[in-house]
Amino acid sequence: MPSSQASIQDRFSKLRGLGEKALVLFVTAGDPPLAELPAILGALEEGGADLIEIGIPFSDPIADGPTIQASSQRALDRGVNMEGVLSAVKAASVSIPIVAMGYLNPILRMGVREAAQRFASASISGTIVSDLTPEEGADWIKASRDQMLDTIFLAAPTSTDARLDLVCKDSTGFVYAVSRTGVTGTGSAVPSDVLSLVTRIKERTQLPVCVGFGISKPEHVRMVCGAADGAVIGSWLVQWLAANWQGGAGRAALIEQIRELKAATR
Amino acid sequence: MLTQPDSRGRFGAYGGRFVPETLIPALDQLEEAFAAAWQDPSFINEFQGLLKNYVGRPTPITFAPRISEQTGLHVTIKREDLNHTGAHKINNALGQCLLAKRMGKKRIIAETGAGQHGVATATICALLGLECEVYMGVDDCARQQLNVFRMRLLGAKVNEVTSGTRTLKDALNEAMRDWVATVNTTHYVIGTAAGPHPYPYMVREFQKVIGEEARAQYLEEYKSLPEYGIACVGGGSNAIGFFAGFVGDPSVKLFGVEAGGLGIESGSHAAPLTAGEPGVLHGSFSYLMQDAEGQIMGTHSVSAGLDYPGVGAEHSHLKDTGRVEYFAVTDDEALTAFKEVARLEGIIPAFESAHAFAPLWMKDRFPKGALVLVNLSGRGDKDMETAARLFKL
Ligand SMILES: Cc1ncc(COP(=O)(O)O)c(C=O)c1O
Repeated sequence: MPSSQASIQDRFSKLRGLGEKALVLFVTAGDPPLAELPAILGALEEGGADLIEIGIPFSDPIADGPTIQASSQRALDRGVNMEGVLSAVKAASVSIPIVAMGYLNPILRMGVREAAQRFASASISGTIVSDLTPEEGADWIKASRDQMLDTIFLAAPTSTDARLDLVCKDSTGFVYAVSRTGVTGTGSAVPSDVLSLVTRIKERTQLPVCVGFGISKPEHVRMVCGAADGAVIGSWLVQWLAANWQGGAGRAALIEQIRELKAATR
Repeated sequence: MLTQPDSRGRFGAYGGRFVPETLIPALDQLEEAFAAAWQDPSFINEFQGLLKNYVGRPTPITFAPRISEQTGLHVTIKREDLNHTGAHKINNALGQCLLAKRMGKKRIIAETGAGQHGVATATICALLGLECEVYMGVDDCARQQLNVFRMRLLGAKVNEVTSGTRTLKDALNEAMRDWVATVNTTHYVIGTAAGPHPYPYMVREFQKVIGEEARAQYLEEYKSLPEYGIACVGGGSNAIGFFAGFVGDPSVKLFGVEAGGLGIESGSHAAPLTAGEPGVLHGSFSYLMQDAEGQIMGTHSVSAGLDYPGVGAEHSHLKDTGRVEYFAVTDDEALTAFKEVARLEGIIPAFESAHAFAPLWMKDRFPKGALVLVNLSGRGDKDMETAARLFKL
């Protein structure tokens, strides 16, 4: 294992010691342009992010709403490819864990062993593959274990108990609880039944549980962190960066926003 | 006989389920509901009764004397154009909507390219009193406008899709996203033999009536089997339904014709089996058109219904086993066939179906006098505006 892969497990243990929950932030690689990614990651860490999900753009993101679709498309239009994403991630000097989030086909295209190896050597600690479930995951899980990459599977409000068993069995690092029956995107409120999903997951595993989809405000973070171990913010940040990063001019304002969100995890 | 997929929904290496977790329980339910319905005489009676009295089945086979004379072949046509709404799509739309009703789902969504599947679904929803929304790429709405009007008249809501390629691929993406959000109340009627398990299998089962009828009709008419069967392949539903009747007859050679667009070498085509490589799109592992990074490529075909970068999993398997030979014909070859079929036989095929006829005029595809059965998947009324423009009619 390359020593630069930060441990997701250690991060959550540390947070537990501090009595805090995790602030997990999603950014699309390549939107803003890839050259900005190391600086953006640095700002997110400085603001208090505990873990970062790097969205690997895909042409057909069926689990994503309009914000992340448009962002992925902008990244692809800029010619972003896997090689570029991995070297930008490698170039970032952050100490918090980085997780790659994307769709299966670009991984298959590279070959699962090769992909796992390259993710690991880019200091990536784990992956979330939106269109991969445990039933089809055996090859990716094996390739990931060989490279000490965590495999984070999604649990949904529609998941049956038997399915939650599978998701918990094959996940490492944490379990990602989808807050609602729907695609990614911001919403005015986080459905309160996500808390019962978190409880159902926690009955099955010691792993931390993070809740994502539709979380955009400190009050959402606070609500979710009442039951879960972390909150994931995606579309809101993607939108914010596209509008306000401005080649780094928005750095101070970004750090301010992230601090507010992080405060809601304490 | 075509086989059942394995327990993971695979035909050989192809198929499976690659969708967000949210949808898996619904696919499990669908698989179970379909398996139960497909063994339930009352469901099968209802399906077959409506195929007969509403859709107008069986569709005939028609000998094509003047094409036969011109090509030196013995050509017979399976007439799916004579179904209610004008294409094979209604066989599947009827089956899936009856199933949705049985499952207690009152809202139906569908994607459509040429608009034939959208029209068929809107039609059955009107018949069964179900709410219907159809996703269609804006570019396809423009080139198949008559079908947009038909869907609206039938009471369906047509959602124009502006993302991505603005054609069938992105209509499917949008329909999937709708389904992820509405899965508890909604059934997604996929219009072709693609998508996650159980769709490729279920769609084949609802479409296999084409091949079963055609085989029996051909045997009765000619006291022999055809030597060749041909169908066009978009996502692959008419082809798999047609092939289902003949796969178990080793003497019948089967051809699947893809959309070659401006030519395979041009890169502007929609021929994943001819020129693509396996990968995951829209929930299943199958041949598809992708770049070196695994991004899905844009496609081109004059025919909206074939303009799709993926293909049903079972076709990928039939390609690898060699049981079916897949190749592509260009827009120009298909358009020439479109005109020839109209002028020689008094039958205007859909642009999609014209692809299945084009090989008849190709040197060396068939020995002289060969017995050929072509599946005419739909009629060409929807394409008349484009044809008028292209041919200055
Ligand atoms: C008449 C007709 N034929 C063929 C097709 C292609 O679909 P498939 O390959 O599923 O039969 C379509 C799709 O719209 C169609 O309308």
